[in-house]
Amino acid sequence: MTGSLLKIEGLTKAYPGVVANDGVGFEVAPGEVHALLGENGAGKSTLVKMIYGLVKPDAGRMTFQGRPYTPAEPRAARAAGVAMVFQHFSLFEALNVAENVALGMENPPPMGDLAERIRAISTAYGLPLDPARTVGDLSAGERQRVEIIRCLLQDPKLLIMDEPTSVLTPQEVEILFHTLRKLAAEGTAILYISHKLEEIRSLCDGATILRGGKVVASCIPREKSARELAELMVGGEFAATDRAGRVSGATILEVDHLNLPPMTQFGPALKNVSFSLAAGEVLGIGGVAGNGQEELLATLSGERPSGAGTVSLHGQDISDLGPNDRRRLGLLAAPEERLGHAAVPNLSLTENAILTGTVRRPLTRNGFLNMGAARRFAEEIIKGFDVRTPGPHVAARALSGGNLQKFVIGREVLQSPEVLVVNQPTWGVDAAAAAAIRQSLLDLAAKGAAVIVISQDLDELMEIADRFCALNEGRLSEPRPTEGLTMEEIGLMLGGAHGMQEAAL
Amino acid sequence: MITLIKRPTPSRFWSFTTPVLAVIATMIAGGVLFSILGKDPVQAIKVIFWDPLLGPNAAYFRGQLLVKAGPLILIAAGLAVGFRAGIWNIGAEGQYIMGALAGASVALAAYPAESHWLFPAMVVAGALGGWIWGMIPAVLKVLFGTSEILVSLMLVYVAQNFLAWAAFGPLKNPEGYGFPGSRNLQQYPSAHNPELFAGTGMHWGVVAALIAVIATYVLMQRHIAGFRIRVAGEAPRAARFAGVLPANLVMFCLGLSGALAGLAGMFEVSGPSGQITDSFNAGYGFTAIIVAFLGRLNAIGILLAGLLMALTYIGGDMAQLMLGLPTAAIQVFQGMLLFFLLGFDLLTHYRLRLGKGSK
Ligand SMILES: Nc1ncnc2c1ncn2[C@@H]1O[C@H](COP(=O)(O)OP(=O)(O)OP(=O)(O)O)[C@@H](O)[C@H]1O
Ligand SMILES: [Mg+2]
Repeated sequence: MTGSLLKIEGLTKAYPGVVANDGVGFEVAPGEVHALLGENGAGKSTLVKMIYGLVKPDAGRMTFQGRPYTPAEPRAARAAGVAMVFQHFSLFEALNVAENVALGMENPPPMGDLAERIRAISTAYGLPLDPARTVGDLSAGERQRVEIIRCLLQDPKLLIMDEPTSVLTPQEVEILFHTLRKLAAEGTAILYISHKLEEIRSLCDGATILRGGKVVASCIPREKSARELAELMVGGEFAATDRAGRVSGATILEVDHLNLPPMTQFGPALKNVSFSLAAGEVLGIGGVAGNGQEELLATLSGERPSGAGTVSLHGQDISDLGPNDRRRLGLLAAPEERLGHAAVPNLSLTENAILTGTVRRPLTRNGFLNMGAARRFAEEIIKGFDVRTPGPHVAARALSGGNLQKFVIGREVLQSPEVLVVNQPTWGVDAAAAAAIRQSLLDLAAKGAAVIVISQDLDELMEIADRFCALNEGRLSEPRPTEGLTMEEIGLMLGGAHGMQEAAL
Repeated sequence: MITLIKRPTPSRFWSFTTPVLAVIATMIAGGVLFSILGKDPVQAIKVIFWDPLLGPNAAYFRGQLLVKAGPLILIAAGLAVGFRAGIWNIGAEGQYIMGALAGASVALAAYPAESHWLFPAMVVAGALGGWIWGMIPAVLKVLFGTSEILVSLMLVYVAQNFLAWAAFGPLKNPEGYGFPGSRNLQQYPSAHNPELFAGTGMHWGVVAALIAVIATYVLMQRHIAGFRIRVAGEAPRAARFAGVLPANLVMFCLGLSGALAGLAGMFEVSGPSGQITDSFNAGYGFTAIIVAFLGRLNAIGILLAGLLMALTYIGGDMAQLMLGLPTAAIQVFQGMLLFFLLGFDLLTHYRLRLGKGSK
């Protein structure tokens, strides 16, 4: 690799109360796959947003292809040859793939030509995608392909990907990596952010490690173990989860022949879902997101009432109780979508603690808010779950993705639930914090609570769950003990749909 | 070229500054308008903003200030609660009429009996009249998903026809020599809503407005119900997760704003206006929407905005009288206020950046 494509020196960006990037410098060569590593809130997203012209640096210099580079907005960055795929997709569900791609272009060619080019690129890079399909019908991985193809149409020199794999199945990850390697071989540099260290070890040529906004190390990921990488990120050692000392007790939660129509036009229906859950037990529900995971959480949390007799807690039918009545009985939930569902972006962390905390915590007196108590509760969550933020007065949307996730999980765990349902609990959370979250779920179970973990991450489920089942197209397989479960059996449970079977094998 | 950049958190500074800026910009643009119409702009602005408070005849106008501001604040306080939740009651004018009709009907049915219970009964009837009129769009929205904006607005015209029918029919004064309009409640002691302190313009409706300001402030800032209303406006899914039932929210917000508008109508018909006529309503219900936004949907802001709006009403009347400005010009002037407010409002959520756009 000769010369550098992108060179960054002394890049600094401060937000109120935090310096998100502090004198950051590194180089990316053409054709290099370069990883940005760091804990939640280390400043990775802020850094790439500056490169993509979304955030203006306070100080520092960038050089791109040997020329000074100061993108005022994403359009300027794109014109210079920088493209970015965001973690959250900006696609219109009701439009088809080609229309969505056209909407993102400054001068879209005629639809026919565009569809042709999409087809050409998608075959050239091994990203199967039909331009005529409606986006609402696509899986998360396919949606991401739309975003990637949208980038590739601009023939970028540098492609930035911020946590691209957290929503993908293992098989989709393989396809993505294949494409990225091909792109790199053709000379496109890739700046890659992920918390999945094994992926980084297999994909990336170099890595820059950020901590507290500063570059603390750079290394060649292949030459380090995942554990070493994680320790470079936190600057110390971190503990593995400990699942010792759990005995399951009596049945707490029972779901019986639960059927539900789809919530949205493109959503799946729940079909005949039945399972039961004992005290002290962790039930892992695997499967690709979008197969009824959100729907299942909504019916358990009480956001969507279900038919009489379908959900019961301690033998009491709670199917028609709302979220707060269920909280009172000890059934708590943490949805996967952090902004706008689990938390309100524009409200402070104190107010977000009030959002679900009033039933089990004395945050109100005769309906009047006790702001002091709410602030103390928020501070307790921040402290207990190591949420990196200047304080509880900060708006939820100013937190980094992983830190808000820690806050959301912490808020529910600290309310001592009897049953806790979490969906993608470590989505976007760094390795050390993910271990801490998993440990807190295990501790909860050790204290006698029942925990349901809905996750796409099979390793995570194998690590903490006592029993495992899979949710596929709204159907739930029979739960089986995780101990002694082979990958082959898991693959069969996942039902073969979406190619999960091969992937799991 | 100017580009807009979204602020990570809305600016507190600008949320307090924009109303002041909007008033100043309205004065400037209004001045230009008045000078095009051939009037001295400085004189016109002085007549509108200064004379009602501190001019030679201010003693009379100061009383008018509370009389006009009272209903505006009372209605806007209720509307703001719904607006915060994203529930758009545009029909306060109709609820105001129905409250006045309900209150006056109770009084006229009791006439000429005198009782201490009559006025409280009228208060209840007024609130109920407005509440029912507000609940119609609420129930239709909950049951059939109709737009509360359209239904509440259409019901204004229904209410207006009701008013005309009542003024010419059942509520007509039998001793009124055939003139349309009801008996004058100012001459019916038990039903009269009098000026409480001579010369201040303070009547029970103004008291109610102050109570409403304090109550909605406490509700929105200190009570869990107000918190949930705010969450519902910000993030509907999070609100459902927090246990808010959308149907209850719609009924609460439309019911509350309807009841407060009905009260405003009742206090008006039993006080400053005195009688039901076919032209009883004076647009308070619509102006209150402006007041609610001018006050940033915040109770204290609404108090100030209501006073300011009342001032432009009185000042506008004076400018018509003394300078011969056309009514339309005054209305344009009032419209400018909302226009500039919403325009400058951008600054609370966005930062302006001057610079070259690419191409
Ligand atoms: N718009 C903003 N306003 C205020 N603070 C912000 C804003 N965006 C980011 N921050 C802060 O800057 C720091 C870095 O955030 P950033 O999103 O870059 O982290 P990250 O490394 O991407 O973390 P994660 O892995 O959790 O996504 C955090 O402390 C965050 O709270
Ligand atoms: Mg990030």
